[in-house]
Amino acid sequence: MGQTRRKFLNFLLSITGIGALGAILYPVFSYLVPPKIAEANVNSVKVGKVMHFPPDSSKILKFGREPVIVVRDKQGEFHALSAVCTHLQCIVQFRTDKESIWCACHNGLYDLKGRNISGPPPKPLKEFKVNIVNDELIISKMG
Amino acid sequence: MKGLWNKIEKWLDERYDIQPMKEYIKHKKVPMHRHSVWYYMGGITLFLFTVQVLTGILLLMYYKPGENSSYESVRFIITQVKFGWLIRNVHSWSANLMIFFAFLHMFSVFFSGAFKKPRELTWVSGFLILALALGFGFSGYLLPWDDLAFFATKVGTEIVASVPLIGHWLKEVLRGGEDVTGATLSRFFGIHTAILPLIATILIAIHLLFVQKQGMHEPEEFKNLPEEKKKYIPFFPNFALKDLLFWLLIFNIILFLALYFPWQLGPKADPLSSAPAGIKPEWYFMFMFQSLKLLPAHILFLEGEVVGILTFGLAGTIWMILPFLVPAKRESNKILKIIGVFVVAFIVVFTILGYIL
Repeated sequence: MGQTRRKFLNFLLSITGIGALGAILYPVFSYLVPPKIAEANVNSVKVGKVMHFPPDSSKILKFGREPVIVVRDKQGEFHALSAVCTHLQCIVQFRTDKESIWCACHNGLYDLKGRNISGPPPKPLKEFKVNIVNDELIISKMG
Repeated sequence: MKGLWNKIEKWLDERYDIQPMKEYIKHKKVPMHRHSVWYYMGGITLFLFTVQVLTGILLLMYYKPGENSSYESVRFIITQVKFGWLIRNVHSWSANLMIFFAFLHMFSVFFSGAFKKPRELTWVSGFLILALALGFGFSGYLLPWDDLAFFATKVGTEIVASVPLIGHWLKEVLRGGEDVTGATLSRFFGIHTAILPLIATILIAIHLLFVQKQGMHEPEEFKNLPEEKKKYIPFFPNFALKDLLFWLLIFNIILFLALYFPWQLGPKADPLSSAPAGIKPEWYFMFMFQSLKLLPAHILFLEGEVVGILTFGLAGTIWMILPFLVPAKRESNKILKIIGVFVVAFIVVFTILGYIL
């Protein structure tokens, strides 16, 4: 009888202990996860006047929270792609010598359509639409 | 002077019975053989940890964590504060040497077979201390908030996301959000100056306690010598003084490096700038970085880096629990040596490749 009561009390004590531990750890772990910050929904961003963009040049700007690289190639055509490498999130750059997008971190290479052509990137870069309105360059989401 | 010391000793002994400790120190001895030099590596690592703590405390006097203050305060330390450049250089060089000597210590323990029974837990605690040292290196690297620091942290924390199940959660907890921002700086500052030092101090204390309790490991060839041929020296003062000599030597090397090879501070981190060409991690992460770089984008149905991270994670875990996996008997030595040589060769070759490719 005494033994059973002791076992039962030990069981109760363990449950309380686990519960107390949970009550301490749950708020701690929840605290560690940063709260989500509401993002403004951006649909398009003005890049600037076309004349400020010579052929064979590039610029990185923010589209909401995402860095986007805008490239004007040798033929004068514009391309806008996510500037975040799909491998490990480094910011890519336009290589004039290769006419392609290059990531310095792990030597990943993309063409100007954003397709991953060599190195470790597993996916292509997201493409953005480029429009010219009144000589002003505007980029917006595809589709 | 001696009289005063005797009085203090008597006073302490009356209250705390320090005789057993005195006896212990008096009888602690160190085996002398042709591999004895490796006994100093742990002590050197400990010395460098002390240098890190002291210079770290000094840096704390001026360092201000924050997106708009980290870079500026480090620049202030190295350009305005008297000897600030010296303190920062010593901190950076000593950190690198600490990791180097921790690696050296680990491999010397491995090749001498000292990690086997009964020293399994000394090995495990030592491995964890090395892992913490790498954590110190990684978290401290971000604190100056220059472009290299920014991208190293971006890549490093992105790699964490490859860990199955908890990867994404862990990445967000480390970064303090989706991206590397000022929130990441705050967290890394806390990790680097409070969390890691606390855990490291506890682990080092446990590690040293194990070493004291079990004494120095004697290699097989020394153990097999007849008793009269075994040579020992007292730990105190003989070995301790030799230790001190090594520490002085290493400290001079640090000062030399700090004076002639000052640590750089690159341009301030800018989340909208491209990763600089030629970006490389610290040398102690180089072999992992290089292996990841050489992996294809996809291996079977998994992403290349996921396979890489899982492989390194598995290899590290096996390495940590090695003493539980191998028999303490002598026959296994040959295979173990081959494994050890392979591991060292892999690390050295991939590190060199990382710098020349």
